[in-house]
Amino acid sequence: MVIFRDLLRFSPSFRIGVILLSLALIMAALSFVSPYAPDDRRAVPRNRPPSQEYLLGTTSTGQDVFWMLTFAVRNTLVIAGVAVVIGRGIGVLLGMTAGYLGGWFDRTVSTFVDSFIVIPRLPLVILLASILRGQLSMLGLAVLIGLLDWAYPSKRYRAQALSLREREFTHTGVFSGMSTFKIVTREHLPFLIPFLLADVVSGFLFAIGFEVTLSVLGLTDLTAQTIGTMLYWGNYYQALLSNRTWMLIPPVVATIVVVVGFYLISIGLSVYLDPRTRLARLRVKG
Amino acid sequence: MTLLKTYIIPRILQWALVIFIGVTLTFLIPRLSPINPVEQAVSRLTAFQTLSPEATIALRESLEDLYGLKGSLFDQYIAFWKRVLSGDLGPSFSSFPMSVNAMIANGIWWSIGLLGTAVVLSWVLGIFLGTLAGYFPNRLWTRVMESIVIVVYPVPYFIIAFTLLMLFAYYLPIFPLVGGASGTPSFSLGYFGSILRHSFLPAISVIIGATAFRFLMAKALTTSERTSDYVTYAEIAALPKRKILGVFIIRNTMLPQVTDLALSLGAIFEGALITEIVFSYPGIGSTLYNGIISADYNLIMGITLLSIIGVATASLLVDLTYPLFDPRVRLR
Amino acid sequence: MGNLVEVENLRAYYITQAYGVKRTVRAVDGISMTIREGEIYGIAGESGCGKSTLLRVLMAAHKPPLTVVEGTVKYVFGEMVVNALEMSEQEISDLRWKEISYVPQGSMHVLNPVRRIQDQFHDFISAHRQVSKRESREMTRKYLTELGLPESVLTAYPHQLSGGMRQRVTIALATILWPRLIFVDEPTTALDVVVQRGVIQLLKDVQEREGSTIVLITHDLGVHANLAERIAVLYAGQIVEEADARTILKTPRHPYTHYLIHSLPDLDERVERESIPGRPPALDNPPSGCRFHPRCPLAIEKCKNLEPQMVYLNSNHRVACHLVTEEIGLVHDAEKR
Repeated sequence: MVIFRDLLRFSPSFRIGVILLSLALIMAALSFVSPYAPDDRRAVPRNRPPSQEYLLGTTSTGQDVFWMLTFAVRNTLVIAGVAVVIGRGIGVLLGMTAGYLGGWFDRTVSTFVDSFIVIPRLPLVILLASILRGQLSMLGLAVLIGLLDWAYPSKRYRAQALSLREREFTHTGVFSGMSTFKIVTREHLPFLIPFLLADVVSGFLFAIGFEVTLSVLGLTDLTAQTIGTMLYWGNYYQALLSNRTWMLIPPVVATIVVVVGFYLISIGLSVYLDPRTRLARLRVKG
Repeated sequence: MTLLKTYIIPRILQWALVIFIGVTLTFLIPRLSPINPVEQAVSRLTAFQTLSPEATIALRESLEDLYGLKGSLFDQYIAFWKRVLSGDLGPSFSSFPMSVNAMIANGIWWSIGLLGTAVVLSWVLGIFLGTLAGYFPNRLWTRVMESIVIVVYPVPYFIIAFTLLMLFAYYLPIFPLVGGASGTPSFSLGYFGSILRHSFLPAISVIIGATAFRFLMAKALTTSERTSDYVTYAEIAALPKRKILGVFIIRNTMLPQVTDLALSLGAIFEGALITEIVFSYPGIGSTLYNGIISADYNLIMGITLLSIIGVATASLLVDLTYPLFDPRVRLR
Repeated sequence: MGNLVEVENLRAYYITQAYGVKRTVRAVDGISMTIREGEIYGIAGESGCGKSTLLRVLMAAHKPPLTVVEGTVKYVFGEMVVNALEMSEQEISDLRWKEISYVPQGSMHVLNPVRRIQDQFHDFISAHRQVSKRESREMTRKYLTELGLPESVLTAYPHQLSGGMRQRVTIALATILWPRLIFVDEPTTALDVVVQRGVIQLLKDVQEREGSTIVLITHDLGVHANLAERIAVLYAGQIVEEADARTILKTPRHPYTHYLIHSLPDLDERVERESIPGRPPALDNPPSGCRFHPRCPLAIEKCKNLEPQMVYLNSNHRVACHLVTEEIGLVHDAEKR
């Protein structure tokens, strides 16, 4: 909490990031008080431009863009959140184990991880999604994205584990007979948590990007409201050619607000993680 | 000789492993899905268009070949590899009897042109600007550039492309909305001009996305390189800044940049695919999109295989140039 | 012999500010000294005592967060007196390598890893002389041969050289333009004893050849004993004792100097060596009074509160310690000012 307060006070990028993300979260929260059900088509007149009555206009399927956006932001964040948990879960487990155990296990894992990083994932996912077409639920999509984004994180966690393994307190712990599990949870976790936070942010960026891309291509559950499906339906009804950009601009702006918000927070965190500035802080307090 | 043993051969083995994993995944994915892609594809295709009986049979056969209803799983796997190695990706379903090879061939040069330009330009531009920004962190233009990059970097390729499309083809109609060129193909100035005009926005959007990442990496590398012993020493010796930047900083930050380029080719390639789709640029991205719309699995699978092999090979080639930059790998 | 460098009451602090916490590290805190033309002047002290910081300021190579808050550094080049801390960037770079040069600490990493040795010599030479690549190569080849380095070094990359060879190449790189004043920082760290001797001999050769002045910084009193003519002992950013090498090594007056010398292994006498108790103080919050008092076994009440004045035992030997003052009952410092 002290960290959070300090970052808010002294890191402008963190501050702006928190503001942007709060905006997105407020939007998502508003979905719970929406006057319309998310899938209620023809709830309002179709193709109305923004007005006092319909803040951001209405869609070609007769939905209010503003309220639709609240559901879209919420769902996209939920999908990304689940994907992040899965991706980081695999990444942390694989990377840390490889880093701590070393030896042939580490070499094998590293070789496979390096291979996965090179393989372009989008065509594979398109192949899978086009076979599953229509059957890829929101949860399925989240799991799928999560399963795609573990290779880079595991590489980074491996590096962290390697550097922690060599630190003084690890040796002290080993010599005083602490179990590996205890060393990792008691001594290493406090170092990893801020790192994990920054990494979670980059996971969100990837997941949101992938959600939008796959949905725009029409490969996800198109009845669900997400930022990506809003764009899909906008394009489907040729919003651009018929000059109804109010259906397209909100999801585009929402994406930018969310991803830039996340990214700014991660910048603030990584400046904080920088050993030079961190050292300066720790010394004064200790 | 040691270079061959310690660097080149392991790298080639890694390349083989990438392709092995990629092809195996491509083979497994349709099998692991709960839906029988063959029946689904056949019913979908026959619902949309009437196929001649021979075409349906040929289709079903090639589908069974690829998705495997013949023989054991292992037999199917061997058969799959044979097809891959012989370079025959089978017929397209949507444009039967045109082969997938022919459809890819139509788009591939457009894609290579777009992707090649984007990779080279973003690499050069990103390293150049990022290094300057890292070396002069307090200049005004550094801050301006950094703010732009911070907003651009996290935005998905699709949104970048779509925003540019709206801004410069819709609100300010400077560039054409879609397509690769207008008029009939010829060796006239006008036709090439039209290619350039049509390629400009797609190229710019891929370049912007890839450059932002390269810029951030170059800046971070330069920032840490500036505090390295040899740069500090050169500064104390009052070497000209131009020399410090060129011979000391860039020559050294190049090394991780080359390695990273090899790793990030896949991501840039994905960006190019998406951009092509947004601008209906006639490369394999659009071919892929047509495949998605018409449920042409064979086409999608062909493009998947080609992308995996293409990206892995390009990445291998980039990695093989690494010893040229690093004498520590070249001479032991 | 005249003075070459005159330092007056120099204070240089690292001033940093992060997340609203301001921090001042007083790395150099009130140092006065003169370095004479043609001598080898040694500066000794444990790591973290401010040696390297002092050196940075002496060559006017300090950058923020290191800030000079007080004092002057003057170079006396014959008739010309240059105020080192008021030079423009251009003036500084005109002096470097031609007049003032530097052999840095940890020569493992000071050579650019992707550049051949002869090209690095060209980079450094051409920054200060109008030379073609061929001329600089010829110069380098000649100089390295004179110093007894093998010619094969020229086309090698740094990683192909041993640690000792790299250090010798660095010394050659720093001295190829015959500077008047050479700052040498920990030249023998991480080298084995035989290689150390070679490096020490090389420094002697370089100094004798042109009568350059060398300012030598190392924690290793063995190296000082071999090279330095006068030695200043630094503790917590201040000089605690200064004298000619013989006096410092044989009859040290400051308890800290005493410990520093006796922490050296002594092969002749086979006495148990005394290590210095405690640790060097943190310079962002130095102890009150004499900065050595928390570690000093002889400390008296006065040492805790009152900063000792510099006492001149003779024109060459000065020491800052209350015990020495008590003993001789005189404070020369006042008359000196």
